[in-house]
Amino acid sequence: MSDIYEALQTIVGKDYVSNQAEERYFYGRDPGLMPPHEPDYVVMPRTTEEVQEIVRLANKEKVAVVPKGAGLSLTGLVIPQIGGIVLDMKRMEGMEVNEPARYVIVEGGVTHAALKSHLIKHYPHLRHSIPDSPPIATVVANAVIHGQGRLTQQRGFNSDMVSGLEVVLPTGEVCRIGSCAVSSYWFSKGPPMPDLSGLFLGWFGTTGVITRLGMKLYPCKKMRDVMTYITDRVELVPDIIRKLAHTEMMEDIVVSCAPLPLRFKGVFSMLVYITGDTDEELEFKRKMAWDTLREYFDSRDGGFMSVSPYMKPALLAMPSKDTTRFADVSKGGGFEYSGPIAPIEKYPQYVKKLEELALKYNLFYSSAGRVIDGGHSMMFSFSYTFNRADPDTMNRAKTALDEAAEFALDEGGVIWKPNINEQRMVMERMDPNTLKLLGKIKQLLDPNGIMNPGNWEAK
Amino acid sequence: MIQDYASQIHRCFRCGYCKFPTDYSSINCPSYRRFRFESYSTGGRLWLTYAWLKNEIEWSEHLANILYACTTCKNCVEQCPMKFSTDIVDWIVGARSDMVEKGRIPPQVARFFEAVHGYGNPLKLLRSDRAAWADGTKKYEPGDEYLFYVGCLGSYDENGQRMAKSLADLLSAAGVSFGILGNEEECCGNEVYMLGEMGLFQTLAEKNNQQFKDLSVRNIVTLSPHAYNTMKTNYPQFGADFADYHYTVYHYTQLLYGLIKENKIRLANNKAKVTYQDPCFLGRYNQIYDEPRQILQSIPGIELIEMERNREDSFCCGGGSGNFIMDLLAGGKDSPSRVRVREAHDTGAEVLAVACPSCLTMFTDAIKAEDLDDKLVVKDISQIVNESLASK
Repeated sequence: MSDIYEALQTIVGKDYVSNQAEERYFYGRDPGLMPPHEPDYVVMPRTTEEVQEIVRLANKEKVAVVPKGAGLSLTGLVIPQIGGIVLDMKRMEGMEVNEPARYVIVEGGVTHAALKSHLIKHYPHLRHSIPDSPPIATVVANAVIHGQGRLTQQRGFNSDMVSGLEVVLPTGEVCRIGSCAVSSYWFSKGPPMPDLSGLFLGWFGTTGVITRLGMKLYPCKKMRDVMTYITDRVELVPDIIRKLAHTEMMEDIVVSCAPLPLRFKGVFSMLVYITGDTDEELEFKRKMAWDTLREYFDSRDGGFMSVSPYMKPALLAMPSKDTTRFADVSKGGGFEYSGPIAPIEKYPQYVKKLEELALKYNLFYSSAGRVIDGGHSMMFSFSYTFNRADPDTMNRAKTALDEAAEFALDEGGVIWKPNINEQRMVMERMDPNTLKLLGKIKQLLDPNGIMNPGNWEAK
Repeated sequence: MIQDYASQIHRCFRCGYCKFPTDYSSINCPSYRRFRFESYSTGGRLWLTYAWLKNEIEWSEHLANILYACTTCKNCVEQCPMKFSTDIVDWIVGARSDMVEKGRIPPQVARFFEAVHGYGNPLKLLRSDRAAWADGTKKYEPGDEYLFYVGCLGSYDENGQRMAKSLADLLSAAGVSFGILGNEEECCGNEVYMLGEMGLFQTLAEKNNQQFKDLSVRNIVTLSPHAYNTMKTNYPQFGADFADYHYTVYHYTQLLYGLIKENKIRLANNKAKVTYQDPCFLGRYNQIYDEPRQILQSIPGIELIEMERNREDSFCCGGGSGNFIMDLLAGGKDSPSRVRVREAHDTGAEVLAVACPSCLTMFTDAIKAEDLDDKLVVKDISQIVNESLASK
């Protein structure tokens, strides 16, 4: 093992490798509820060549490699299940925008914060899909887990916006995926060729290390506003969403419910975001939202609530700090959510289950559901807080989330960024031939099973 | 509250907002910027301290170094979205205080305390040389309007001494009634407090407060924002009976700006492009952002150019919490002072203006390390004012 440590030092320099207890402790955990397991080494490469050398070393020595962005999935996806090397990608922070073709190529450690700030400063007319995870979340890791962001209602998962990849395969070769494999342009992750990006996106680093990624950029309108539509009839939520999505004018639609503050208990709030280059455009979209929901206004089943000037900046913020604040509403510093991607029609059943589980396990809850890709599905979060200093609340939250995941699958959903237990639940239900294919692909790409072991292990 | 840290520290979610300035444009936590491992972020420190409290990890010098590499610059307090944000530095100081009580601190920190305890300053220099810089500056006498509290860097450090002399000359030229404590001056203890040696801090605060009371001091002007901060924030809790005795503390930039406004200091043309470093203990700790800028803008010919990170988002020089002596963040291009002088240089400024002797000394060294000697010069605001006096 000391040979590996020295070899890693030779590759990246001694300042960027640690095998000390403190780094092993921290990198062996994430803020969620999955049990910890410590790596043997934490390494911070700077270049694709360094990643290549590390992976070759690991493949030769049959040591596990876990590529890590900010480690914010909450589901333990970068907890090294059998130790080995955690590749902290943060020093790979280069980015390059192709303005006319509207995409950016980011290195593996570029954060959403850095990309957002770069675009505002240099390309204010362009934007990317910013998730509500904290700004330290990386663009690559977010795409790898099929993250969602502010443009997901219009454009699909953030991984749908990927326009090319550079990957270090588990055997050390560097591979380009998409148009960049045959051209100097990164405008497509596959089409019109076979789309090989599916070998890496959604695999949680089990098939290779993404060192560069192309991400599509979209027009950044000059103005942005948010409206809040509320109803106390949960069964109407799917239709309200459908109607709003049908306008094809909403930037983002997020449905929330929580038991506090009391005045909002039993109320379902839809945050409806619109953008425009002129007041007229914005006003027209407001009017379309109003008109499309008029029947529920007329029947007194719902209506737009005024958003105070105090609340508006918080609602418009990207990312939303309120998502993070939920972790401490019970002064315990923890929350986790099971976030199935679900048919929108199932929203009422999911809400019922969310509340049932909260009652059963005496937990504080909330849910935020984001509409995906014009209303083909939504992400529904079963979110529960826990107190990090109270193992009992942690156990109760974990049990509730396990039940939520089972329920979501039974109700036709598919779990988003599942932890290793949830991955097993998914694979148990998977078509056997699909599961076999999953296993064959993994075996082909990673014959020694070094990449993020424990995840997507199709046995 | 410092005492509450053990029961509250688990509340950090390690979300990482603390690493950024408001616009997320760069990394604004000095130790995280320097070392890059998550362990050196605020979340890392809090999670590791909690692990230590729960006996999940053992104390090690590496653990202590991680805790002490925090410059207590308060960027985390500014950026953390949680309700407990204002307590974060207290939690870090509380954890350090625990380590001090258990005698488990890095050797550099132990040497810092020994020097302050034995010599009255962290540089381990003779008490009898404390006023060697003063060159005729009169000692404070009851009835003087201001006590000029010079502090350890102003008294002993070569750069700090120039700064102290410059300010003393300005105050004299403006006809301000003031005096210094000379060799009787004691360390202010701000760094001792931040490093968690509460017993030693109490001794220093009580001694200083007693001396101020004995001399009937009513107004104190400090060279260092660190002294300003602790005298204003921490001293009222220690020593002297504040029921019947009060003093007001000013940072020298507040006093200078007043003198300029009152025309007691007249300024002539001084053509220069200047950028300004907000000291953490003046800015984020005490919200003094305007006076230093107003002084610079009062000088004809000076063009003030802001660095991208300024005011609440300013990037610490790396010298806080005693690191101007202990230097736990030094070494290499990623040390905060070197990062910051590159940022200052990028503005096109020729002068990096500071209002803190710690910043002055950190940046003076960083400019040499970055080989920017003939492109950027660091000057304290009183020195810039002195160079701009109408009578010169």
